[in-house]
Amino acid sequence: MIFVQALLAGIFQVVQMLLVLALAPGLTGLVRVLKARLLGRRGPPLVQPYRDLSRLLRKDVVLAENASWLFRVTPYLVFTAIWLAAALVPTFTTALALTATADLIALVALLASARFFLALAGMDVGTSFGGLGSSREMMIATLAEPAMLMVIFSIAILVRTTSLSLIVDFMLAGGVGLRVSLGLALISLLMVAIAENARIPVDNPATHLELTMVHEAMVLEYSGRHLALIEAASMLKLVLYMALIACIFLPWGISEPGEGPLDLAIGLVTFVLKLASGAVLLALFETGVAKMRVFRYGEFLGGALLLSLLGAIFLYVSTGL
Amino acid sequence: MPGIHYDIAHMLGAVVLLMSFALLYQRRLFAIIQAFALQSVVLAAAAAWQGYIQDAPHLYITALLALSMKAIAIPVALHRVIDRLNIRRTVDTALGVGPTMIAGVSLVTLSILLVLPVTADVTALTREDLALALSVVLLGLLTMITRRNAIGQVVGFMSLENGLILAAIGVEGMPLIVEMLVAFAVMVAFIIFGIFFFHIRERFDTLDLHTLENFRGERR
Repeated sequence: MIFVQALLAGIFQVVQMLLVLALAPGLTGLVRVLKARLLGRRGPPLVQPYRDLSRLLRKDVVLAENASWLFRVTPYLVFTAIWLAAALVPTFTTALALTATADLIALVALLASARFFLALAGMDVGTSFGGLGSSREMMIATLAEPAMLMVIFSIAILVRTTSLSLIVDFMLAGGVGLRVSLGLALISLLMVAIAENARIPVDNPATHLELTMVHEAMVLEYSGRHLALIEAASMLKLVLYMALIACIFLPWGISEPGEGPLDLAIGLVTFVLKLASGAVLLALFETGVAKMRVFRYGEFLGGALLLSLLGAIFLYVSTGL
Repeated sequence: MPGIHYDIAHMLGAVVLLMSFALLYQRRLFAIIQAFALQSVVLAAAAAWQGYIQDAPHLYITALLALSMKAIAIPVALHRVIDRLNIRRTVDTALGVGPTMIAGVSLVTLSILLVLPVTADVTALTREDLALALSVVLLGLLTMITRRNAIGQVVGFMSLENGLILAAIGVEGMPLIVEMLVAFAVMVAFIIFGIFFFHIRERFDTLDLHTLENFRGERR
């Protein structure tokens, strides 16, 4: 019995990894289509990101002469780290082989190391854009990471664990009702997710304007399959953040270990629905707000940090009562 | 289900507090007024909810007052003042946003630390509501301190008064007359403020209160 469960967990883990990989470009495409429609344009077809990726994969890599080995391994490292991180987040079931390691802090560490290598690679070739992008990315990271960790601490105080599947269990069991701290943590996490995924108020993924670009500036020197990997990694990251927010704050539908195929199907359908509604909300938000100046990132992410801090303070108060 | 009652009341109070932070964060007059209107809407919802769970019908009147006066009438009036003074695009800078927000969070912590020991023998709902309300009051004061523009300061004052109402609705058995008086006082204050705006403007051609200090010879 235990063997069967372990086998199933392994299979689910593989399915999960393939699922996030398959859905990621679709999600990005969906956001693009919705944004275009909201702006009154027809927009690219939904499958355009898949086509882009496959075309990039077929093209040759053009390397700068002074690119070191770091520049060449970074795409693989970044992609692996983010894919692994995405594999940790329970999407349709918590019966995953990596459940034991699915720790929020491990997740943050994986994301941080991916970003670290990306920033190094941005500086490696020695063009000015790469350095500019790296420095901006690190500025955003230093501001976003404390907020993210503070959110995790709030949740950890409430649920008394940082393991994602245990958090899902706890939330599904209805252990917490509407909590102020959770609301604050949700807003804070949304702000962090927007900053980390380079979405509009912080960075515009569709532009190549040197005044504003952050992520694009770092990966400007990449081409061919390297660029495909990096693009795929950033698409995976969007899925990851949506799945993370969904599994912490809206875990309904996720099937638990030992449940039947029907529950698994429900889990899959609700996961896709959650991603789709996340895409709609993101597109609405992005068309509604204007891009911020670079100097205002500090205020934006400082706001996220303060909200999560406030959440933690309230949690102390309400647990102290 | 007392749990859900508590959670929703708590949530609404926290959103009022959140809007206080939004007030602190905004820099344009227009956005400040918008944040204030939103805060008042949430306050009205909180009052109505408290009226429902405390079974106190007079709180519905409070909710109605908050909605009609503070969420609609005063913001509309402020918009008209801004239009007439032609300061629609004014940026209301004072202390930087970062230090202000840090000060805000410290004030919230302070009010929680202050309220909790004092109110040891009342229900958890009242205690948290009082802590939230005190935070809103202090943040209103902070908004008044950090704004240079007279309209920003008035909105800070109004949001301070929102905190008072939040405290009043959280405490069971607060008579309606008290709340009415507070609301009325604010209305009168608002009219006086309106007159003052135009006088200050006539005199100094600006609503920046630092020119007042100049005028009194207090400028360092």
